[in-house]
Amino acid sequence: MSKADTQKQLVRDTWQKPPFIANPYIRWGVIIAVLVYFGFTLVNLPIDWNRASQGLTRAARIFNGAWPPSFERGGLLLNGFLESLKIAILATVGGVVLSIPIAFMAARNVAIKPVYFLGRAIIIVARSFHPVIVAIIFVKAVGFGPFAGVLTLIVYSVGFVAKMLAERIEEIDFGQVEAMRSVGAPFLSTLIYAVFPQIMPRQIGLTIYQLDSNLRASAVVGIVGAGGIGATLANAFGRYDYDFALTITLVIIGVILVSEAISGQIRKSIK
Amino acid sequence: MLKITDLVKRYDTGQPVLKNLNLEIKGESVVSIIGSSGAGKSTLLRCINRLVEPSSGQIQLNGTDLTSLNRSQLRKARHKIGMVFQSFNLIDRLTVMENVQSGRLGSLPTWRAIARKYPKEDIRRAYELMDRVGIAHYADKRADELSGGERQRVGVVRALMQEPEILLADEPTASLDPKTSEQIMGLLRDLSREFALPVLINIHNVTEAKEYTDRIVGMRYGRIIFDALPSDLDKDAMDSIYSGTPAADRGADVQQSTVSGDVGAVAT
Repeated sequence: MSKADTQKQLVRDTWQKPPFIANPYIRWGVIIAVLVYFGFTLVNLPIDWNRASQGLTRAARIFNGAWPPSFERGGLLLNGFLESLKIAILATVGGVVLSIPIAFMAARNVAIKPVYFLGRAIIIVARSFHPVIVAIIFVKAVGFGPFAGVLTLIVYSVGFVAKMLAERIEEIDFGQVEAMRSVGAPFLSTLIYAVFPQIMPRQIGLTIYQLDSNLRASAVVGIVGAGGIGATLANAFGRYDYDFALTITLVIIGVILVSEAISGQIRKSIK
Repeated sequence: MLKITDLVKRYDTGQPVLKNLNLEIKGESVVSIIGSSGAGKSTLLRCINRLVEPSSGQIQLNGTDLTSLNRSQLRKARHKIGMVFQSFNLIDRLTVMENVQSGRLGSLPTWRAIARKYPKEDIRRAYELMDRVGIAHYADKRADELSGGERQRVGVVRALMQEPEILLADEPTASLDPKTSEQIMGLLRDLSREFALPVLINIHNVTEAKEYTDRIVGMRYGRIIFDALPSDLDKDAMDSIYSGTPAADRGADVQQSTVSGDVGAVAT
């Protein structure tokens, strides 16, 4: 080997990012399997373009009937909204209060193993069903109306707030806990001093976000009978009052825009 | 008096980090422990208040065998052992006063801790101590607003609030600039004299160890291989303390993973 050749071998000037899946067989296998399955579903799903085009004209009829939006039954609209707001507030308070102990149970670094698994299990169950399904169950259980809505959204809040809070607890700076242990602080005092202050900003942010989110969700669960503005909307659709339905929809959008802006501002100002 | 006899600490797998270690500290002396990372300095300190559970051996503090205590006895014993940390471990979002008072949590009923209803004598003592180290005007400030040196002063006052029988300092100056670092070392030495308090300091800075402490203990791979006056620490001694092998690094890894919390660690 000449000197130039050795030189050439030593100079390394190309580099490629290592592939995400190292084994080339598995890598290409996965890619091909995904593509094949996608093609398969596209061919197999009964997509009827005829019906889609008919749907367009039907939609046009609905929108024609909806315009101009009618504010005639404003009282009904207002009542629906106030009920939604009450549902959202009650559910947020209840959900957050329940979430805090569950989050501590579900945090790997503060709970012992059996408690940890129990906490995680509660969160997984609370998260595994969409609020609409939970609402259907609660409407069956406690009857139509806002109470079913509150219960639904409590479950929904626990699923989200407890999970996010548990993750925050797992991220805490453990040195502060160590310091409290080193002074001989009892368990609860340790949590109050070393853990709570660290998760407080997240806690407040989550609560506000959840209030916002519950207000939105209360419109959805109302459709299946859990009270609030959703119930008003479902009734309007049921009676072909498309103009009133459009009004409700527009007001929902407006209210959610406002509540999102407010909650965003508040969350930004917490340090 | 602190008396450590035949102390062994072995983490789940592998070599013991502390190997049949003996150490005695009498009176109010300031003792520094030096040694390369992974020599077992941190583990030794944490075995004393059992933040790290010793595998075997005895640790006696003024007649009490710390290794044989049950959980509630241990909490009481810990109350008499002050500790200062490298990263301060203050509660960032609480005020300096709350941080200082947290040193009393071991004897404060939980409801008082939650309501911040601190006893009058504790508040008086807190102000006196904060005055002593020059942070009294920060009482209402949040701990994360302070500079490094000020934060370590809060850490020291928190430990002194415990009215400790011994003070453990785990690399108390490693996160500080050289000037502040010297101030804190001087403070620890002075406080040791004022409160007749034995102080045990892990430290990397050998110059500071020589200047501010009464006795230097040199560790290597879990053993004490040097124990004498600062003036006796010559080049040969330094070389033998700091000569390293991969075993030292392995020790360091083990140490880190336990310090940052095992399962249910808050409860123990």
